[in-house]
Amino acid sequence: MKSLKSPYDLEKVRKDILAKKDPKRLAIAACVSTGCRALGAQKVLEAFDEEIKKQGLEGKVEIKETGCLGFCEKGPRIVIYPEEIYYFQVKASDVPEIVSKTLINKEIVERLLYTDPVTGKKARHLSEVPFYKYQNRLLLESNRKLDPKKIEDYLAIGGYTALAKALFQMTPEDVMKEVKDSNLRGRGGGGFPTYRKWESSRNAPGEPKYVIVNCDEGDPGAFMNRALMEGNPHSILEGLIIGAYAIGSHEGFIYVRQEYPLAIENMETAIKQAEQIGLLGEDILGSGFDFKVKIHRGAGAFVSGESSALMTAIEGKVGEPRPKYVHTSEKGVWDKPSTLNNVETWANIPLIINKGAEWFASIGTAGSKGTKIFALAGKVNNTGLVEVPFGISLRDIIYKIGGGIRNGKEFKGVQTGGPSGGVIPKQHLDSPVDFDELTKLGSMMGSGGMIVMDEDMCMVELARYFVNFLCDESCGKCTPCREGLRQASIILNRITSGKGTEEDIKKLEKIAEVTSVASLCALGKTSANPLLTTLRYFSDEYEAHIKEKRCPALLCKELISYYIDPEKCKACMICYRNCPSDAIIGEKMKIHVIDQSKCTKCGTCYDMCPPRFRAVKKISGEPVPSPIPEEKRLIQRAKKEKRD
Amino acid sequence: MYEDRIDQIIDKYGTEKGILIQLLLDIQHEFNWIPKEAIKKISERLKIPYSQIFRVASFYTALSLKPIGRHLVRVCVGTACYVRGAPRILDSVENKLGIKSGETTSDGKFSLETVNCLGCCALGPVIEIDGKYFGKLNSAKVEKILSSYN
Repeated sequence: MKSLKSPYDLEKVRKDILAKKDPKRLAIAACVSTGCRALGAQKVLEAFDEEIKKQGLEGKVEIKETGCLGFCEKGPRIVIYPEEIYYFQVKASDVPEIVSKTLINKEIVERLLYTDPVTGKKARHLSEVPFYKYQNRLLLESNRKLDPKKIEDYLAIGGYTALAKALFQMTPEDVMKEVKDSNLRGRGGGGFPTYRKWESSRNAPGEPKYVIVNCDEGDPGAFMNRALMEGNPHSILEGLIIGAYAIGSHEGFIYVRQEYPLAIENMETAIKQAEQIGLLGEDILGSGFDFKVKIHRGAGAFVSGESSALMTAIEGKVGEPRPKYVHTSEKGVWDKPSTLNNVETWANIPLIINKGAEWFASIGTAGSKGTKIFALAGKVNNTGLVEVPFGISLRDIIYKIGGGIRNGKEFKGVQTGGPSGGVIPKQHLDSPVDFDELTKLGSMMGSGGMIVMDEDMCMVELARYFVNFLCDESCGKCTPCREGLRQASIILNRITSGKGTEEDIKKLEKIAEVTSVASLCALGKTSANPLLTTLRYFSDEYEAHIKEKRCPALLCKELISYYIDPEKCKACMICYRNCPSDAIIGEKMKIHVIDQSKCTKCGTCYDMCPPRFRAVKKISGEPVPSPIPEEKRLIQRAKKEKRD
Repeated sequence: MYEDRIDQIIDKYGTEKGILIQLLLDIQHEFNWIPKEAIKKISERLKIPYSQIFRVASFYTALSLKPIGRHLVRVCVGTACYVRGAPRILDSVENKLGIKSGETTSDGKFSLETVNCLGCCALGPVIEIDGKYFGKLNSAKVEKILSSYN
């Protein structure tokens, strides 16, 4: 493709690309993002390649690799065009059948369609799948239409029209006004108004000014930024260039954590392609506006997702935060004005420019506009990426889209906002999801992690997990965070191992108060949230651990014992053979018994005991019943007797 | 033996500002750890104090100051994997390899690490071996996967 010198060139190229597309052409599109790859998507694609040749369709079928569609639970997923048939959980062994039936004979392979677990109905199109039906996919929708490694695909769906519009029909002030009117708030954590960040950088003295994409995504349990960058890197790039134009910046950084190699690869390709055709670099589209961008890989530190820490990391130093009485938007990278926004924030910009602030502001709630992508994970039936308008209730996300809790268990809480957020219990399931509502409940939006927990999760253990996590990740620069988290971790470890005292709760509250007020950066300031929300909503669990030495969720290792119910054990020897510490005493026809002195509480016997017996039980807060006398361990053929 | 390669990596960046972390990541990728010689060399060529490079190399989890095994096993202990039983997966890997997280087997074959999130939360629990992901795991599957590297 030759270099584009004007918006006219861009439109012409787009028309050429569209003219070459044959809407009736046979095509297979498969998701090859990290999730589906882990489930074997590439093997499926290789099988297609081979099978298409074998069945004489060579050259007649286009094989496309696309980004994440969100329904990772049911991957690998493929789409057959032009009919747009969606097949889920496809294995390489299904491929010959798909080629002969669907591609050649236009028949549907029923078993690969999505089956509604409630009605049993098969869904041929996405709109019939409940997981998609209740979403509003403004950002993620494009992922299924394009190969992230081909700029042509992005141009075909109208890519870079917003950039052309901004550069040729709008002044930087017009762009600023549009972003202001849209009321867009930062998608990375705190929900700070995007316009205010931009304005502050724009007005700050000092050259050059920098614009930065934050794809550090350090919150465990969040992967929406990865999916966007892997699946549609150009949309982020386009947003960034528009932002740079509005702010008056000519240099940008894209900060991506090194744990996301595919996101880095796809973004590198996108930058190269955009440079080649004059959408990046000098005199973009002949407008006279210059902009260049570099990728900076993060080397793995949770605290580096914090804006000032991220900027020191870009300078090549240890990524530690600094006090923010001077905003990074005024003095950031090398003390120059720097605007940092999350991946998702940047990806919203082209939409706002194309469709207008009014349209954008019509979606969502009074204080939170547009849509938000959540990473729905944990003990929910349909896990994956979910894009919904602000204002939807937690219940709708978890039950309508997520399909409810796995294995018919009881919902206990949903953790939002990563380690800086909190747990929201059952009584608040109907709360609308937006920045301010979640904060009111003691949690926060964060980058959009949403981890659902069922009755088997212990809330004290969860608090311990997060505090330990933050304690490890604390950079150690300020005392409240470094020492406070350490002490909180020691206390929580004490409680979960059954050695807690009633004093401990008060101590935890005190520590939480100090760290949230006196810490240097947001990591420390919000570190108390997991602790405070679990104390607020699940105080009974803390009390059970401390007073009764009992873990109600039967999770805390040191407070539970495994026990084989002699009434139910059928002496099948499965647990006996699998126990890694030889703690099970048993032989054929003899009821098995756990030697408590040898048991390491690994839970293998509990997992291995066949569901039809369910003989292995967890108990907590009560003594283990003494083993049954030797003479009673012999199993009399119970089944035969019953039949008689 | 490292010297030439280290020189090549440094040459790739030239005198650009702020490239230290990128440089160290490339060296890590190349040798699987940051040898002393590399720190020395960077210090000499880029005129950055040795102590400052050491500080960066010891701060970030992706940079290792000791050699790691031929296969790097990373167990995800992010929240989503955690609630789906990641601690048990970690136990199985530790038992199978006979090492704890952060250690390398005596034959230099495996190194074990935990990571905070690999971004495959929908497939938890997940482990990654040499860049390849394995999802929806249980103890039995872990045994099988690790055995396949023997």
